[in-house]
Amino acid sequence: MSARTVRLGAGAGFAGDRLDPAVDLARRGELDYLVFECLGERTVAAGQTRRLRDPRQGHDPLWGTRLRAVLPHCARSGTVVVTNAGAANPEAAGALAVRVADEVGAAATRVAVVTGDDALAAVRERDPVVWETGLRVSACPEELISANAYLGAEPVVEALDLGADVVVTGRVADPSLYVGPLWHRFGWSARDVDVLGRATLVGHLLECAGQLTGGYFADPGTKPVPGLAWLGFPFADVDVGAEAVLRKLAGTGGVLDTRTCAEQLLYELDDPAGYVTPDVVADFTGVEFDQLGPDTVRARGARGRARPGELKVTLGFRGGWLGEGEIGYAGPRCLDRARLAADVVRERLVGVHGLAEEAVDVEYVGAAGAFRGLCPVPDPAEVRLRVTARAASAEAARAVGWEVESLYTNGPAGGGGARTDAREFVSVRSCVLPREEVRGAVRVLGR
Amino acid sequence: MVRLDDLADVRAGDKGGTLILAVLPRGRAAFAVLERCLTAEVVRAHFGPAVAGEVRRHVLPRLPGFVFRVPGVLGGGVTASPVLDGHGKTLSYFLLTLELAAGDGSPQPDV
Repeated sequence: MSARTVRLGAGAGFAGDRLDPAVDLARRGELDYLVFECLGERTVAAGQTRRLRDPRQGHDPLWGTRLRAVLPHCARSGTVVVTNAGAANPEAAGALAVRVADEVGAAATRVAVVTGDDALAAVRERDPVVWETGLRVSACPEELISANAYLGAEPVVEALDLGADVVVTGRVADPSLYVGPLWHRFGWSARDVDVLGRATLVGHLLECAGQLTGGYFADPGTKPVPGLAWLGFPFADVDVGAEAVLRKLAGTGGVLDTRTCAEQLLYELDDPAGYVTPDVVADFTGVEFDQLGPDTVRARGARGRARPGELKVTLGFRGGWLGEGEIGYAGPRCLDRARLAADVVRERLVGVHGLAEEAVDVEYVGAAGAFRGLCPVPDPAEVRLRVTARAASAEAARAVGWEVESLYTNGPAGGGGARTDAREFVSVRSCVLPREEVRGAVRVLGR
Repeated sequence: MVRLDDLADVRAGDKGGTLILAVLPRGRAAFAVLERCLTAEVVRAHFGPAVAGEVRRHVLPRLPGFVFRVPGVLGGGVTASPVLDGHGKTLSYFLLTLELAAGDGSPQPDV
């Protein structure tokens, strides 16, 4: 780390990510910033349902645990924590951060909360068209329960400008969590589009944490990765032009090379020439990686264009209930017996329980069910039947598990290991709002 | 015939009902073969009737790599589809099962 570069560490790549790699980074990574990306599209909508039940909930359930684990180290090294773990309740997550800081003896910690992503009122008023249905929000039959706009880096910059040691946000775009600290430190302008494009590349590479260091990459046949159980999370040293060198800590498992970087670069990128964030439209078509040494890679070649005038909004709709039941068959004719079992369950869900036939879905796990029937598996050694059905009520959803379990004494021979479940779910869709309809707001919590 | 698994790595991502497949050739020679043989049409045919709409291929010669956008494969997407792997993450390995007619007999990976 030098005075002219900023060191950003990836502390989490999703809400349920491991704790120890982030603790290791906080302890000996000499980081300027430790970023926890904890928010998927579904996570924020699911948080909203928890908040509706209990106004103190709705943030990432692991947030307190994560902060408690890293904050003593961060307070010692002056590392600032940035996270979107506020999810559907950043205010509550901020209050929790203050309590954790007091608990671990870091009472001087300044906690800033970024809000303003909750766009429910604006969506109700403007009634935009939903991408997936082509209809206006008001024309959707399900109940709209959440609308969260993707904020960019600017409110994070504002929080850091106010001297925050911990920044807790709701729906901020994943790469923007990393762009914010760089923007704050280097004082860029929104017009520095190529620099923001490169900074967004850094954020995109780091946002999935272990996916850059061999996680989700490892394959014993084609891509062996040493020490996968002790995967080190990546960090980046970034200069004023947003040129970056990516590394991981010595002694950690995993690998960071041009192959892991190339895979992560293209991850979930539907247009490499137009990766749209609230900060910039980044162009990754010219990106190249240079291996500078073991587990050390330079990233360069990203560019950017002016950011869009609209912000993407994630909509959460009450989606009803999903019932499921599973049972296994093995040995001769197992797939035939599983198919017979599926027919029986489907017939009874429709005939006895009144479910709609098209609401019932069947998968054959072990017979390339994951490949969705795209390739036949004539004679598997064993197969697990999975029946699911969407239903309006918990009772109707539970009928699926009931009928699958009833196969024990009423179905084909040799079924075993039945499991059942029923749960409420949130359907997530998207729309856009004009940028001026959404305002990020920053508040430093008083102590 | 050569299997894609012999020439490249694949990672899957999702955007709603659209499956996004990143194909990373293992070296320049593999890239040249795939640039010729792994067309959008070939990928579309591999996924068959599951595809709804046009398959798009982006070529990134510097990396090198390809991105395929395969619409419709994921149904209504992860929050609408009841299947176990709603993201379609396992489908990266379905693409790797693709058999390529490499044509000129020179598809040796240079790894």
